[in-house]
Amino acid sequence: MQDLLTEEHRAWIGKAEPTRTVEISRRDIVKYAVATEQCQKKYLEGDEAPPMFIFNLFSTVREIEALRPDGLPRGSGQGPRLPLRRVMAGGTEIHQYQPIRPGDRLSGTQRITDMYEKQGSTGPLIFTVRTLAITNESGEPVLDEVQTAIAR
Amino acid sequence: MTELMGIKVGDRLPEREHTATNVSLFLYNAAVWNAHRIHYDESYTTEVEHHPGIVIDGPLQGDWMSQCALNWMEGRSELLSFNYSNRRAAYLGEVLTAGGTVTDIDMASSVVGVELFVKNEAGEVISPGGAKLKMLQP
Repeated sequence: MQDLLTEEHRAWIGKAEPTRTVEISRRDIVKYAVATEQCQKKYLEGDEAPPMFIFNLFSTVREIEALRPDGLPRGSGQGPRLPLRRVMAGGTEIHQYQPIRPGDRLSGTQRITDMYEKQGSTGPLIFTVRTLAITNESGEPVLDEVQTAIAR
Repeated sequence: MTELMGIKVGDRLPEREHTATNVSLFLYNAAVWNAHRIHYDESYTTEVEHHPGIVIDGPLQGDWMSQCALNWMEGRSELLSFNYSNRRAAYLGEVLTAGGTVTDIDMASSVVGVELFVKNEAGEVISPGGAKLKMLQP
């Protein structure tokens, strides 16, 4: 199999991005709940965030000129530049320790924990595994996420 | 047979159909701040990324799957963990169904394991997943 990942790519494994803090707003929870067709009142009224609300919550909001023609962010802060450019979400595993509520100030630290290649039915694939550890202002764990992105 | 709060291994969770629209995908991608054009720009999606149509976000399907577990025992359980994988893309126009089955019950900890899925109209599981729920005894 073609070796697409270089030492430079693999050097990203284990690197943590700077911890980011976000303030959870009721309005953002309500928007997410409506867009995902939630049924439960606590989500639709924004009293609590559905667990998958954390998807992309700690990613950097980039300026429009910092986005690639495909709409995804380019450059540093998201990981190395990969030789395969079409990226799709692969899967997620989350462990929730306490609910997320409006007014929470949450800190998230993301790091790349693995990068590997596989041969898919339509060509090579690169898997990038990122972990995200979310804590509250008291430093208590709120949620851990392991997310896999697939480039093809 | 092991039974916890009336739950038995093999019990099926209520299934729910989801039909994404251009509008719902726009709202979802705005909510999660995702500008990837495969979710709203049809000519780009088909001509440049060579998909047959607008792609339904994998994490949105993941959310639908998590709702299947969350809504099943609403108010009587809390979600401990959840996972899913996107195995196959789904496209705008497809009717997807989220569902699941109870796979294990730990009586000592009151934790129930469920296997979850999102299926397409052909009945193929395009996203498998699972969850652990802590049952809250009345």
